Amino acid sequence: MSATSRLWPTVAGLALALVLAVFVLNRLSLPEAVPDTRPVILAAAVAVWLLAWWVNARLSALSPQSRPLRMLRDGFVALSFGVMLLFLWEVVVRAFGIPFILLPPPSAIGARIASSLPILASDVNQTIFHAVFIGYAIGCLAGFVVAILADRFVFLRRSLLPIGNFVSALPIIGVAPIMVMWFGFDWHSKAAVVVIMTFFPMLVNTVAGLAAAGHMERDLMRTYASGYWQTLAKLRLPAAAPFIFNALKINSTLALIGAIVAEFFGTPVVGMGFRISTEVGRMNIDMVWAEIAVAALAGSVFYGVIALVERAVTFWHPSMRGG
Amino acid sequence: MTDRFRDKIIPVTTVLLILVAVWYVAAVVMNAPFQRDLNRRAGETPDRIAFVGQTLSQPKPTLPAPHQVAQNVFENTFLRRVTSNRSLVYHAWVTLSSTLLGFGFGTVLGILIAVGIVHIRTLDRSLMPWIIASQTIPILAIAPMIIVVLAAIGITGLIPKAMISTYLSFFPVAVGMVKGLRSPEILHLDLMRTYNASRAQVFWKLRVPASVPYLFASMKVAVAASLVGAIVGELPTGAVAGIGSKLLSGAYYSQTIDIWAALVAASVVAALLVAVVGLAGRITERAMGVRPG
Repeated sequence: MSATSRLWPTVAGLALALVLAVFVLNRLSLPEAVPDTRPVILAAAVAVWLLAWWVNARLSALSPQSRPLRMLRDGFVALSFGVMLLFLWEVVVRAFGIPFILLPPPSAIGARIASSLPILASDVNQTIFHAVFIGYAIGCLAGFVVAILADRFVFLRRSLLPIGNFVSALPIIGVAPIMVMWFGFDWHSKAAVVVIMTFFPMLVNTVAGLAAAGHMERDLMRTYASGYWQTLAKLRLPAAAPFIFNALKINSTLALIGAIVAEFFGTPVVGMGFRISTEVGRMNIDMVWAEIAVAALAGSVFYGVIALVERAVTFWHPSMRGG
Repeated sequence: MTDRFRDKIIPVTTVLLILVAVWYVAAVVMNAPFQRDLNRRAGETPDRIAFVGQTLSQPKPTLPAPHQVAQNVFENTFLRRVTSNRSLVYHAWVTLSSTLLGFGFGTVLGILIAVGIVHIRTLDRSLMPWIIASQTIPILAIAPMIIVVLAAIGITGLIPKAMISTYLSFFPVAVGMVKGLRSPEILHLDLMRTYNASRAQVFWKLRVPASVPYLFASMKVAVAASLVGAIVGELPTGAVAGIGSKLLSGAYYSQTIDIWAALVAASVVAALLVAVVGLAGRITERAMGVRPG
């Protein structure tokens, strides 16, 4: 009872913030009213920001007992912060008349996304469904297989691990022009860049993960008279799973970066990197932002799917248990 | 010492030698079709050994042989004046300066964000998820836009490239520092409370020292990332100077040896940067008494 009554000011504050936000956006959309009402609008925007901050602070201070409620709270706080950033962006850009080229307002970017869906879809198809996915699959698989080999043969491990660690720090993205020369302008060259970029993190992490199983468990497996492959499949690979998923997550970002940057070096007339570099040249900044928004969305979804699979596979790991 | 020799140096050198051998074979195989074409047009029929020699000395090979790359690197590093446009030292310096500037800003920004996140709960709940989410975004995609847009309003040169480096390097530092500032155990925090320590005292005397190893570990990642940022930032500037522009002009004019030489230069710079950060970390930790002796 008391918990709900303490929630009322928060809800009221949220409602007030929303009303003020609608007011601000409404005033901004009026064409000629901008100069004289600017202080009012800005004051209202600051009020919205402060109110939203206060709401978030109150929500953060709550500690609901049940886990779904807590997750709902965290999700809401994070989401409202993001919405507030977009809101401030919109208000600042419009109220101060920031040149469109410098920073288009989010609404213009949204409109651009809505109006050029076919182009965006074909770019996503070229860059993500071909270059990223195929390169990612080959790179991760190759890294995994070599890691198993390196685990089987000590000599390989001792030689490949220092090299792998070293190469991980290098700007591998630089091989992009060479790959474009070797494999042509189409997605094959981008996939090749992605393969090279994803290979080493996978190798290093998997080798580290295979060393993660404890001595006790390994000795236990030996008392069961299990062979190398049995120990690998039943003990060491599951123990290595958190490391492998870590590499898969790192690689999901690297793969997108690799594919997009490789397209700066030459592409057929489709692809996200191609679109970004040409539209920048034509000063269609809203289209660039649209591509970036799509790339960000794709990257987050890619990462999220891997995180979900990880949650399902490594449910036993301590980092997954404690909420 | 002998252990180190047996466990590390011998395996690594062996594999490196094998890689060089594979590289030579690959160079011969990949350059052969073009060379055969060339010889047929010229009406020459060289014997096998001469043919292999030809494939390893093309001016614009598909895959340059290691000695060609080494020669190019050596010439452009040591035999040219440092101010020359063809000197690798010059290009490496251009890239290095924006890398370091961006890395410095990024580290400071990352530390500030981490301090804010650790001390203000609302910031933790609202900003942290976005910082993690932004890791999943291909940030480098924004690079050309930052360069061109800033150039449109008259800001060119070092600053835009450094901004990209900043953007790339503050994430690892922020995330690592949040982890580091939170790494003191509850036992130690309780001890500080029994001393009646203020928040500032807990911060300076417990949290900061505890976070130093995390800081240097994430700075290593950050410095490599900011080098990548600087190189990619040089791509859209129309090939003026820097390792990135060297890569781009090499790609335009099919100067494959130049591309490989630029890659070698970039690798050397990356290795040096990571080594310097690692060394600074070790010296700091020793000075703070983390490792006795």
